Amino acid sequence: MRGVNCRCRMKILDTAELKAVIEALLFAAPGPVRLEQLALAVEAEPDRVKRQLDELEKEYRHMQRGFVLAELADGYQLRTRPEHAEWVRRLHSSRPVRISRAALETLAIVAYRQPVTRADIEYLRGVDSGGVVKSLLDKRLVRIVGKMDAPGRPLLYGTSREFLEFFGLRTLKDLPTLKEFTELTRESESLLLDFEAGIEEEPSPVAPGENGEG
Amino acid sequence: MSYEVDLEVFKGPLDLLLHLIKKHEMDIYDIPIAEITAQYLAALDAMKSLNLDIAGEFLVMASTLVHIKSRMLLPVEAEADSEEEEADPRAELVHRLLEYQRYKQAAVTLDEYHILGRDVFARSCCEDTEDPEGNADLQPVGIFELVEALQGLLREAPPEPVHEVVREKLSVAERVSMLLKLLGDCQSLAFEALVSRRPDREELVVTFLALLELAKLRMIRIMQNQRCGSIWLFPTETDAGRELPLQDENFGYC
Repeated sequence: MRGVNCRCRMKILDTAELKAVIEALLFAAPGPVRLEQLALAVEAEPDRVKRQLDELEKEYRHMQRGFVLAELADGYQLRTRPEHAEWVRRLHSSRPVRISRAALETLAIVAYRQPVTRADIEYLRGVDSGGVVKSLLDKRLVRIVGKMDAPGRPLLYGTSREFLEFFGLRTLKDLPTLKEFTELTRESESLLLDFEAGIEEEPSPVAPGENGEG
Repeated sequence: MSYEVDLEVFKGPLDLLLHLIKKHEMDIYDIPIAEITAQYLAALDAMKSLNLDIAGEFLVMASTLVHIKSRMLLPVEAEADSEEEEADPRAELVHRLLEYQRYKQAAVTLDEYHILGRDVFARSCCEDTEDPEGNADLQPVGIFELVEALQGLLREAPPEPVHEVVREKLSVAERVSMLLKLLGDCQSLAFEALVSRRPDREELVVTFLALLELAKLRMIRIMQNQRCGSIWLFPTETDAGRELPLQDENFGYC
């Protein structure tokens, strides 16, 4: 925040003004703004700024405004409502963002398993994923996070800040836990174990304890 | 028995298998391997007859299925096998199918999110600010971005002249001192401003090397506006007057 420091000292804002100034900053910002950035810019305590943000969020929501205050990617951003998507698209008159099922699958794998190599992704998906990974890199939804300490030093992929913005997530922790839709899988894993155990037991036809009767 | 195949495009062999298992209401924990193999091969035949390109992965899976089937046909030697070898030849396949199903569902869930640019919109993000001081949220640049920027410059470089006669040898050391001087004058430099208006490839490469050398010596910081913005160079404040032995030999370029 070098720019702010060299400006002349600003007066301390009263609450109503503070809210309006924060709104102005959010409006003018090119991307999500972090709470600390806002606090530094308006020279107010982060707690105070946070209260105003909460109020703004509530106002937009209750007053049926055309936008909401979304908390995402470690910051705050004004966004249109999903139910207005069709109208906004008309104005843009450009193709809406499209994301293929293959790309979503790959993103899901990267998001949940990161850092992950291309080979991991391909094993899990069962198909060549070079093209998808490249296009996700180009879209900056995925980034290279390093190289694996293994033969060939394969690249490791992870999700980017843009990934969070794209899906409107605050942090990766906001992703639904895989458990939520793995209940079947959980169950199946224990079943699978039973199943494997069953195979091993099957060869002995009669349990030894039951012979006494005859 | 007749086989019907949906013309749905399958994302891969695992996707196709899951589909077949669901369609024929098979128990995933006890897949009838002979039947699924037959169904799978029939599906491949159908795809072939429709002139769909069958990717190699589909064929690999076919051979895996046949392999599993053949192993299932072998008699199980109760005592020797069950102790050490995996109990069921299908186990790995089942595991993979379940894993795949997880991520397939995760993909569906992600698709339901309000996606930026599709369901929700924000003010457009790519305002390329010309003044680095104006946009204070600078982030460190990684090697990937640097390479991308170099490729950008190289793309715009004119084709090599055919009739070249003598080539002036550019020195990395000279370029390093030139960059330092430029930075001393203006405190910040845009990546694009480093080279002349119509640079040739050699000039670009030497300049890029000089840039990397300076970064290595920690004499500049390379920063970027929030995203897809221009890349900016700043001199580091420390040791501004430090004299360096600026010889190409010292950099190892001779």
